[in-house]
Amino acid sequence: MLGKNKGANVPFSETVIELFIRLCGISAIIFVFGIFFFVFREGAGFLFGGLDLGQFLTSPEWYPTSLSHKRYGTFALILGTFSVTALAMLLAVPFGLGAAIFVSEFCSPKLRETFKIIIELLAAIPSVVWGFIGLTLMNQLIIKLFNAPIGLTMLNGSIMLALMSVPIIVSIAEDALKAVPDSYREAAEALGATRWQVIYRVLLPAAKNGLLAAVLLGAARSIGETMAVLMATGHSVNIPEGPLSWIRTLTATIAAELGEVARGSEHYQVLFIIGILLFTITFVVNLIADLVIKGIRQA
Amino acid sequence: MNNTTHTEPGSARADGGSLFTETAIGRRKRWTENGVRIFFFLMCCFMILPLLLIIGYLLYKALPVLSFDFLFTNPKDNMRAGGLWAPFLGTIYLVIVSLLVSAPIGVFAAVYLNEYARDTWFTRIVNLAVVNLAGVPSIVHALFGVGAFVLFAGLGESILAASLTLAIMTLPVIIASTKEALNAVPMAFREACWNLGATRWQTIRRIVIPNSISGILTGVILQVSRAAGETAPIMFTGAVFYKAIAEGDVFAYNLMEQCMALSLHLFTISTQVPDVTAGIPDGTAIVLVGSVLLVNAAAIVVRVYLRTRKKW
Repeated sequence: MLGKNKGANVPFSETVIELFIRLCGISAIIFVFGIFFFVFREGAGFLFGGLDLGQFLTSPEWYPTSLSHKRYGTFALILGTFSVTALAMLLAVPFGLGAAIFVSEFCSPKLRETFKIIIELLAAIPSVVWGFIGLTLMNQLIIKLFNAPIGLTMLNGSIMLALMSVPIIVSIAEDALKAVPDSYREAAEALGATRWQVIYRVLLPAAKNGLLAAVLLGAARSIGETMAVLMATGHSVNIPEGPLSWIRTLTATIAAELGEVARGSEHYQVLFIIGILLFTITFVVNLIADLVIKGIRQA
Repeated sequence: MNNTTHTEPGSARADGGSLFTETAIGRRKRWTENGVRIFFFLMCCFMILPLLLIIGYLLYKALPVLSFDFLFTNPKDNMRAGGLWAPFLGTIYLVIVSLLVSAPIGVFAAVYLNEYARDTWFTRIVNLAVVNLAGVPSIVHALFGVGAFVLFAGLGESILAASLTLAIMTLPVIIASTKEALNAVPMAFREACWNLGATRWQTIRRIVIPNSISGILTGVILQVSRAAGETAPIMFTGAVFYKAIAEGDVFAYNLMEQCMALSLHLFTISTQVPDVTAGIPDGTAIVLVGSVLLVNAAAIVVRVYLRTRKKW
């Protein structure tokens, strides 16, 4: 931030403290590598010795406890994760972007503060409570509205995930809209554009990178979410056929089965390999979102 | 934003006719304008509705069981009845221990990023690591906790292992808000201090941190709320379905033992235990949501207080 501050009179205690500060500073890097290392360490034995990676990724047959023929195919789980996330984004993105536009373009400062506080509170509700709501309230609603035999479905999980990821989408999208210079709006209004035309023709194109990042980070949150989907989606290994079919996700599988497996067994190691897969997916999505955001700053 | 200065283009006419009569174009513009505003307002309301609906629903269902005793008695009859004492105390233990670990590391990491780090590729990687740490799924944190703390460090399934896992998971919350708070302290404050001959650490300790303490506090409070609500990271690292402890004794848990936790207790009684007395799961949920929202409200109050007091 500024020039070096290394005079002869810097006391020794200060050198120690600075060392500690630097160590804390790089702790995030240490932890990210640590997470990858330790998860990898537990799963590495089976990953390199015995697991058919092609079958792992493409087979829908998840029978880890079968006595005669154990099969570890995660295709149905991957499909479950992505379908529930896609449906959640379908629900969350329009509302999230709409709310962001309202908060950034139509609100008085006071109303904006109120909305932001409410969004913050919405983000604070723990995922297990969302799962509980899915299990009770939403379950009954879906049974009544769609005449379904059971309400614990992909749709249920998606609604919960949508509500959980909307706050992220709103706050990042609002930042992106606010970053558009006021002169853009003024120029458009001076040409006689209505507010809708300003939003549609000027703001959205100008902020599109930030909005994309908002959607990506919301999706990353949905992919990684565990308790809500474990409780609300029916939790049965199934290739999803529609919003009302039961599904099971990668995260929920780990949460449900890790407590019951013997440490060091193949099944145990496969769960850690699923962890590596999840880590990689969210890492890549976050990285893309970060690059997209960086892209706006340079432009 | 600037809707007060916006004028209707069709309202002023130079042809001497009625000056304020709306033209057809003007009227259409005004209608779309209002329509668009209402449309986006409704979208915004759609996010407030669930918050109110959920809290209202939980309160309604939980009303019969909510009482002072509910919080201070242990779960009974294989968790089918009774109160929340053991899980509630367990959550408090987990939150406090994780806070003791993540608050210093997080604050110092933010001090490094804001006060020491220059804009180099390395700093960019550190920032990227913080963002990615925030993005790691909670269940992967659980796997990490099992691999690193429970097995590798030999802590076993214990409050300590679960708290360390929570601490690493919530670290980005503290780093992000502390960084923002430090960044809000004007550069001139630091420069004035340096010019008096203070070293960099003296400046940080005497000027930068005192001037941003409310912001740092907000981050710490948010960490508490986040840690209290998490379930997945503690499931396999230290929280158990059931453990009886002495009622009313706040030192009932040992750091190397397992504990119950509110979030896991809610999961257990709503999915694993049949025939739970009606209202108890909802009561547990409302206690969990209530504590988390109260903590968040405290953070908001601190932030608003900071803004009114700020002199620069």
